[in-house]
Amino acid sequence: MSIQNKTSRRNLLKSTVGLAGLATMSSILPVNRAFAADLTVGFIYVGAKDDYGYNQAHAEGAAAVKAIEGVTVVEEENVPEDVSVQKTMESMINFDSASLIFPTSFGYFDPHILTMAKKYPDVRFEHAGGMWQADKHPMNVGSYFGYIGMGQYLNGIAAGHATKTKKIGFVAAKPIPQVLLNINSFLLGARAVDPTITCQVIFTGEWSLAVKEAEATNALADQGADVITCHVDGPKVVMETAAGRGAFVCGYHANQSSLAPDKYLTGAEWNWAKVYTDMVNTMKDGGTIDNFIRGGLKEGFIKMSPLGPAVPEAGRKQFEETQAEILKGGFAAIKGPLNDNKGNVIATAGQSFVETDVALESMNYLVEGVIGSTN
Amino acid sequence: MAEQSLAQLPITAASGPLSKAVRRSEGVVIPIAALLCGLLAFSLFLLVVGKSPIEFYQLIYKAGFGTAFSWQNTLSRSAPLLLAALCVALPARLGLVIIGGEGAIVLGGVATGACASLLMNAPALLAIPTMMAAGALAGAVWIGAVGAMRHYRGVNETISSLLMAYIAIAIMNQLVEGPLRDPASLNKPSTLPLAEHLRVGSLPGMDVHWGLAAGIIACVFSWILIEKTSWGFAARIAGGNVRAAQIQGLPVGKLIVGFTALGGAFGGLAGMFEVSAVQGAANASIAAGFGYTGILIAFLARQNPLAIIPVAILLGGIEASSGLIQRRMDLPDATVLVMQGFIFIAILISETFYGKLRIFDPDGWRS
Repeated sequence: MSIQNKTSRRNLLKSTVGLAGLATMSSILPVNRAFAADLTVGFIYVGAKDDYGYNQAHAEGAAAVKAIEGVTVVEEENVPEDVSVQKTMESMINFDSASLIFPTSFGYFDPHILTMAKKYPDVRFEHAGGMWQADKHPMNVGSYFGYIGMGQYLNGIAAGHATKTKKIGFVAAKPIPQVLLNINSFLLGARAVDPTITCQVIFTGEWSLAVKEAEATNALADQGADVITCHVDGPKVVMETAAGRGAFVCGYHANQSSLAPDKYLTGAEWNWAKVYTDMVNTMKDGGTIDNFIRGGLKEGFIKMSPLGPAVPEAGRKQFEETQAEILKGGFAAIKGPLNDNKGNVIATAGQSFVETDVALESMNYLVEGVIGSTN
Repeated sequence: MAEQSLAQLPITAASGPLSKAVRRSEGVVIPIAALLCGLLAFSLFLLVVGKSPIEFYQLIYKAGFGTAFSWQNTLSRSAPLLLAALCVALPARLGLVIIGGEGAIVLGGVATGACASLLMNAPALLAIPTMMAAGALAGAVWIGAVGAMRHYRGVNETISSLLMAYIAIAIMNQLVEGPLRDPASLNKPSTLPLAEHLRVGSLPGMDVHWGLAAGIIACVFSWILIEKTSWGFAARIAGGNVRAAQIQGLPVGKLIVGFTALGGAFGGLAGMFEVSAVQGAANASIAAGFGYTGILIAFLARQNPLAIIPVAILLGGIEASSGLIQRRMDLPDATVLVMQGFIFIAILISETFYGKLRIFDPDGWRS
């Protein structure tokens, strides 16, 4: 035994030395990259940059910023929402001289961005999802977000035309206002086609939990839902599972049509490329970025994936008409008469909440026709 | 050796200062050699993907240990790891492999958040120790229960602790989204934010919170407990051979429950510092995986509480450098995990060399 051990160890050493020699020959010398650009912009993601979802949408925005002359982009993915993200921001400031940072995950804001913003008043921090308040938060922090509920409303219209069973499904992460608005918009879009359509929602409880997302998608398909969409960080699992079960899918966050080309109807996508290039150009030209920025389809904050081959002609027409309507501004998906799914009145006849209404940012109900519960 | 009687052995064993030093060095030289072998193997991996190992290790040094900021970054990350590793190392001295320390951390954090909402107006001198006690108690009950199930019902502690970590996370979600939820926390359900005076601050002159000091004190305390007290001695005997310990009349059940509960208490304390020093409220962000990194550290430190300190700092430094490596070398963040994997395997292999290498056996030199 021991002799064998020694021989193999010696052999291992020999080969290691050999390989080390190889290494020296083809030595790739350390290169100290110079960061001489006028402006260094940092992007921080909570998940992988290629998750077909939330983080990919932001990374596509970062890629657009890279193309701006005189701007260097530094990126870091899979950064958890603890002290790590604070240290990542500091590291970008200290080692890369970043002066504009986009920590993109919702959970980075309080306390992490707020702590760093107080410590580094000369650095600008921009956060997606937005809770910036002038009386409470530092001026070097800004928040931006888009009215993506309108995108889910358009998803709903495509879904309303594609469904045969009149049952559609929604895989949701957590029952928080942003997600509830998307679920409600999806159903109301479908009901604009056929008021008998119902939408089953399943909450997985986590932003990124592939196994539960697949289970939820299968459960929806088992119950007869034949169009499925979602609001989780990475929609890949939902899209592939649903398409595998023969259901149509509507995308979210980014374009997922390549995952299910025949089954993909359309998708509500972020268009961070426009938002980010605008902000970076403003800063590069010496201007100040507004602390509170919002926008929808009209402002180019969100966009729709091109309609897939499965959307019928009538659906195509209604989709385009509604999209044109939304582009005019002042569109309301939530309008009376409307009850929630427990029978409480949400809006009386004539009452409506347009997309820009801040009341929608604290939504706590599911509308009539959504099967599911917020708690 | 074979013809010598057992009684003669201690007399013939070489006992000069050199021999002593050589014997002692085994526990240091083997892990360091294993660490270097792991790094060497990882360098080959880097060469295969066309990246420079020299640049890689330079960046680890720069971002983990090269500047004052790097050290603060490293130490902030090590703080919870010290306590998380103790949650593995203490039960391990009794032969128990507990891998669910994450559960203790999460529940410790929730208990701290709940406690802080009740004590919002209490003075810090009263409230902070109460929060520490609440966090530690929550962790102690959770991991202590794993030990009790092991001893009294024969439930495998590795599996049960892992599964209980998932239950703990579910309980946390239920509580922070339900009864403990701050109604103002719309899109990220959390407990009420801690009052400013209940936030544990930084160590004097550093940007590292008090959890680091607590972690180091806990490691030293645990080392004294295990190596210098009769309880620790009894625990080591029970860990070596549980039946022999029982025959000797040692209170094995009490030892198992006590050591698991103590490990859990340290885990809960890690959660307490995460909430009161870093997050400012209990929410899903406290389940950040410290419990799992703690397993790696405890094994690298060979379950020695004092060795946990340098190993946790090393691992903290590696994690601190992960970002700069991503940004400068365009490598995915999983790269440092791959490196940790190489090191872990090298250390596990090195376990087989203890007592087998003649160089550490001065008696063997003469023959």
